[in-house]
Parts: sequence; C-alpha cells; structure tokens
Amino acid sequence: MELTGAQILFESLKKEGVDAVFGFPGGAVIDIYDEMPRHPEIRHYLVRHEQGAIHAADGYARATGKVGVCLVTSGPGATNTVTGIANAYMDSIPVVIFTGQVPSPLIGNDAFQEVDIVGITRPCTKHNYLVKDVTRLAGVIKEAFYLARTGRPGPVLVDLPKDVIQARAEFKYPRQVRMRSYNPTLTPNAKQVARALEAICQADRPLFYVGGGVVSSDSHRELTWLAKKLNVPVTATLMGLGSFPGHEPLWLGMLGMHGTYAANRAVQECDLLIAVGARFDDRVTGKLATFAPNAKVIHIDVDPTSIRKNVRVDVPIVADCRETLVALKAQVEAASDPKGLCRARKDWTATLKTWKIDHPLTYNGGDSGEIKPQAVVETIYELTKGEAIISTEVGQNQMWAAQFYNYHKPRTLLTSGGLGTMGYGFPAAIGAQVAFPDKLVIDVAGDGSIQMCIQEMATAMCYDLPVKIVILNNGYLGMVRQWQELFYKKNYCATCMDWAPDFVKLAQAYGAEGYRVTDPAQVKPVLKQAFGNGKLTIVDVVVSQEENVYPMVPAGASLHEMLLV
Amino acid sequence: MRHVLSVLVENEPGVLSRIAGLFSGRGYNIETLNVGPTLDREVSLMTIATSAPEVVIEQIIKQLRKLVTVIKVVDMNDHVAVEREMMLAKVGAEGDKRAEILRIVDIFRCKVVDVSPDELTIEATGDRGKLDAIVALLQRFGIKEIARTGAVAMKRSMQ
Ligand SMILES: Cc1ncc(C[n+]2csc(CCOP(=O)(O)OP(=O)(O)O)c2C)c(N)n1
Repeated sequence: MELTGAQILFESLKKEGVDAVFGFPGGAVIDIYDEMPRHPEIRHYLVRHEQGAIHAADGYARATGKVGVCLVTSGPGATNTVTGIANAYMDSIPVVIFTGQVPSPLIGNDAFQEVDIVGITRPCTKHNYLVKDVTRLAGVIKEAFYLARTGRPGPVLVDLPKDVIQARAEFKYPRQVRMRSYNPTLTPNAKQVARALEAICQADRPLFYVGGGVVSSDSHRELTWLAKKLNVPVTATLMGLGSFPGHEPLWLGMLGMHGTYAANRAVQECDLLIAVGARFDDRVTGKLATFAPNAKVIHIDVDPTSIRKNVRVDVPIVADCRETLVALKAQVEAASDPKGLCRARKDWTATLKTWKIDHPLTYNGGDSGEIKPQAVVETIYELTKGEAIISTEVGQNQMWAAQFYNYHKPRTLLTSGGLGTMGYGFPAAIGAQVAFPDKLVIDVAGDGSIQMCIQEMATAMCYDLPVKIVILNNGYLGMVRQWQELFYKKNYCATCMDWAPDFVKLAQAYGAEGYRVTDPAQVKPVLKQAFGNGKLTIVDVVVSQEENVYPMVPAGASLHEMLLV
Repeated sequence: MRHVLSVLVENEPGVLSRIAGLFSGRGYNIETLNVGPTLDREVSLMTIATSAPEVVIEQIIKQLRKLVTVIKVVDMNDHVAVEREMMLAKVGAEGDKRAEILRIVDIFRCKVVDVSPDELTIEATGDRGKLDAIVALLQRFGIKEIARTGAVAMKRSMQ
C-alpha cells in the first residue's frame, strides 16, 4: 500500500522506537502535523521556541542514551535550531532534526520561508540530507538514525520539501544500512591494546583522563573496574563527569580551567596519561606546550580526527571506548604478571591524597550573611544524594554545579560542554524529565542564562513536567564579570544584569511555583520544599554577587599555574 | 609541504561544498581543486593540491575521511604518481615576437590552439613545475589571459 511522505515519516519513527518528538509547526510541515494525531505512540511536545525543541531533544538523548528527535518548519523554524544543532555537534550527542522545506519546484527561488538549511548546518551536523524523492524517504531516515547513533555520535538533519511530504510511495523500511563511505572502526587493534597494557604496567604515575566518550559508549563500568583493579586514579572532563563514581578514593575531580588542584597537578606530574573518549580541548589542556610534560600518552577514541589533533600520542587506539576497555579488561584478567599491572603505586597515591587534603575545592564561607552559591550546590547534593539529574546553564553556575556536586552515575549531568550555550539547561531538563517523569530533574541556572529560554516554562507546565530551576542569582553575567575582574581591571562593561524580572512572580505567571531565598539558613528548607512539591518550580537564590570560580587556570596558562581561592 | 590528495566522493549535490567548506571552515589551504566523473557514474574524483605542515596534512586527510560522502582518500605523496595539469594561455604575439613564442611552444611540446594577427593561444600540459616554467618564459611577451585546471594525478602502475 502506498503511504504519503508524512505517513512514511511516522512509520519510520516507530521502527526506530521513537516515543517523543519535540517540535513546533508551520506551513511547510503542516501535513506532518495533520498526520500526527493518528500516531499516539509518538508523543509530541510543543515547545515555545525551536531552540527549546532542539535542546530538549538533546537533553532527552543525553539522559537516555537514545536518539533525540526534533521537528520544525522551514526558514525561521529551521534557523532557530542552529545553535542547538551546533551544541549537540560539539558534544557528540545523537539527535535527528527534521526540518520542513518549501516545495521542491520552489527551492532556490527565495520562496516564502525558504532557507538553505542543509547549507547552513553543513559544518555543524555529522551529516545532513535534502530528500528529493519520496521513494528515498524511508532509506534516508534509516541512515539518519544510524549515523546519529553510531561511531562518534552527532546530530543529523533531514530537510523535507513539502511536496515530498505530500507525495506517495510504497513504505518499505530497510533492514540494514549499507554505506560504502561510512564504516567507523569500533574494534581496537589487539596489538595496540597490548602496548597500552604494557605502558600501564611500566608506569609509576599513571592517570586516567576520561571524557564524554565514556558516557556515550556506556563504558563507565569497565572504566571503574579497570581503574580500581590497576590502582589508577581518575580525572574527567566536564563531559565525562559521572563516568567514575564521585565518592571513590581514586577520584580526583574534574581537570582543566576550573579543575581541582589534585587533578591538574596529577596531569602535570603523571608519567602516563590514559585518555579515554576525551579530546584534549583547550579548556582542559591550558597551554599545550607544557601540558602533561612528563607523560606518555595513550589515546582511545572512536574518531580518528581526535587523535594527534592537539597532542602527540604514543599509543593511539581508534575504536569504540567500550570495546577497548572490554579488551583491556580481558587482557588484564589473562595477564601473566598481574602484580606488575596491579601494584599499589603507594608513592603516587599518597602524593595525590596529600594534594587532595591540602587543596580541596573550597570557598570562603564567611559570616557576611550572604548565601554562597557553592553552598547552594552542596545543599542540592546533600538533599538528592547524587540521585537527581542535574542540568546546567553556562557560566559560574555550570562550574559550581560541576565542582560541588558529586556525580556517581553517567547521564546525571546534562551540560553544554563544547559550545557553552547559555539557555541550554532548562530545555535540556525538560527533555530529561519527559524521559524520566519520576526522577528529580534540577536545572542549576544563572540569572542571565535562564532568560534565554525561559519561555519553555509554558512547555513544562503544559506537559506537567515538574523541573526545578535553581537560579544562583548574582545579578551579573557572572563568569564574564569574573574575567573582567581578573584580567580587565574590573571594567564591568555590559555584565551587570541591572534589570531582571521578578522570577518568583514570573513562575507564578506561568502557573508554576516560585520561591525566593535571601537567608543562608533558608536555603536547605526551601530547596527541600521545592524538590518535594511535585510542580514546576523556580527557586531564586540571591547569592553573594562577586563570588568567583576557583581554582582557575587563566586562558593560555599551564595547568599548574592555578589561581586558588 | 605540498600534497596532492585524490578523493573519491559520492556524486551527489552539495558534495563539493562539503569538501570546500571543510577546508575553509577549518582554515586549511586549497591550492587547486578539480572534480570530474569516474567510470562509475555514482562516484566523482576530486584532486586537491594543498600545502600545510605534516601534522595538518594528517588532520586534513582524517577530516576528509570523516565526511560521510567521502569514499576514499589517497595521499599521492605516499606513492609514485603521475601528476598533470592543463593550461591555456593567451599571449601577445605581434611581429617578430611570434617566431620566438613558437620556438618555446615547440621546445615545451605545447600546442597553438587559436591564432589572431596579434595573439596566440597556447595549450600546455605538464606537471606544475613545467607549467610554471612556461608561464615564466611567456611572461615577457605579455600574457593576456590564463586558465589552469589544477592538478590531476594517478598512481604509477609500477610502484
Ligand atoms: C548564548 C551565549 N551567549 C554568550 C555567552 C558568553 N557567556 C559565557 S558565561 C556568560 C555569563 C553567564 O551569566 P549567568 O547565566 O548569569 O551565569 P553566572 O556566570 O552568573 O553563573 C556569558 C555571557 C555564552 N556562553 N552563550
């Protein structure tokens, strides 16, 4: 039987196991929306801005490990998703974006609401398609999902001209994808794995440096096993938080610009750096020339372009992180010299312990009567015991959420790492709450960032998504103000948020709950009440205004040149 | 160092801009780029000449391989290869200059493909060095127009 393009789209989504689509309609996709009510298995979440749709799909993908799906109209609908697409691309998040397009005969004629979205998103998608023929539609959708989730995951965009959506074709969903030009290497080279193990065996001061690849390949169990078995301490990037339990003695905390003293010193002093699913981003390495100066480097990554892009590598392993760690585990279990591999390395662990004790993450508590933003994050941790899903906006709030909350499990921190997108956290939290209606989902926000996608309050209300927004309200674009203070002679140009809405009243205007906290003694009881009230809630915490994030490695400095509190 | 890359791509709309966009977006340099059909109608061959330090060349090759529409990338510098480029040059050839230009045409085994009382259009094929030499020699007669294809390359059979 022949189906319309719109019907083929829904049948294909069902084949992919899609249960949630975040979208916003328009003329170019009206036929898809016309078909939608006949497919109740696929829940559609109507957002208030397309940026909200793409971030929500991204948050859904990060929280679940599945592919997030977003559907928008042509022209402005499509361009409104670009920030979110770039965001997903930088963090390797699998999402498929369907955009409407003007009818094929009009393409190229500057038709109403026409934009070359395939051209615009070429540099920020893993791949993208303009579907020209309805008979290709099912095949393209199959490929899009396959590309999004395999290899190094990423966003894939499918542009759908209106006439293609209306045309008819026989529906046959391909069983398999065959693309001669796309064959990611997933299995590690056994010799390289053996070389890696040998290097670990010989190292006196080895260190695991792990990133988002461990989360996306679901290899946290293997990583934890290996680190404990081999007595190798672990540090992670912002994207890697949660891939090693935050309460383990081997855990050093995050590394990089706002990393812990112990983690950054460990990088500088280690003699072997085992990078897993991490890409030596400049926010991590600081000055490249002096990064990990004494270390041999093992680099495990599914994307060959990550390897030797920034640093010299002694043992490169291009493969899926999980397959590699599984292979390493097998070789450890079969090793002839398990003693050498698993020796205690007492000097190294003792040194690290001293560093951790002497320079913990800290802040000046003071008795000024002000609320310290770090203390707010600590309280969130205390109340949730690490069981919540935390999303963040971007800025100081993000760094404090990374530093003062202990992540025990992967997929419990949703944060914009590579692009640093203000406005990401709240819609991402919505996506996560859609996937996990019963979990506590908390967006740790800044008063600046939250205003970028605040309109999604309506979305959350509409679908009964009881997300908690905790605003660390410092009255500033805090992170930029921090740079101005430290490196631009306190020239606070354009970073004071002189005018902000009354967030409590704003919450109420949307029908949500709103609380304001100004007294340190009230932080805990109010957060407790908010987390238990079962409703969409803003907690506006008025925090000390000029608090800074420490430690800090100034941009371009070496990791050991940290500014401490 | 200059490298010539042979890049097999799916012959579909937008593929050229994917490749060109990769170079411009990441700040790589394209010296020449040309595209033509292969025996397989679904596949095109791009020949890209580019200059960069070796680490950057490695990235260029890896990044090209990462594009979903790229089937295969061969670095011709890793092989013994034949490299050719075609050029058309329109040269001022009034009066007694003409004989001398024809002598150069002869020596370099070029062809005259168009003549007028005061101009000669010359077709030349060769590697980059040879074409550069011809240009240098013809310059003093006044080159009015020039069109070069950029390199095409192929591995020699006997490696
Ligand atoms: C969309 C976007 N615009 C600008 C920036 C630059 N930027 C980075 S952090 C920051 C300040 C964020 O302020 P706020 O949300 O109040 O958080 P705080 O740092 O105060 O916690 C800005 C403007 C960005 N990351 N994203």
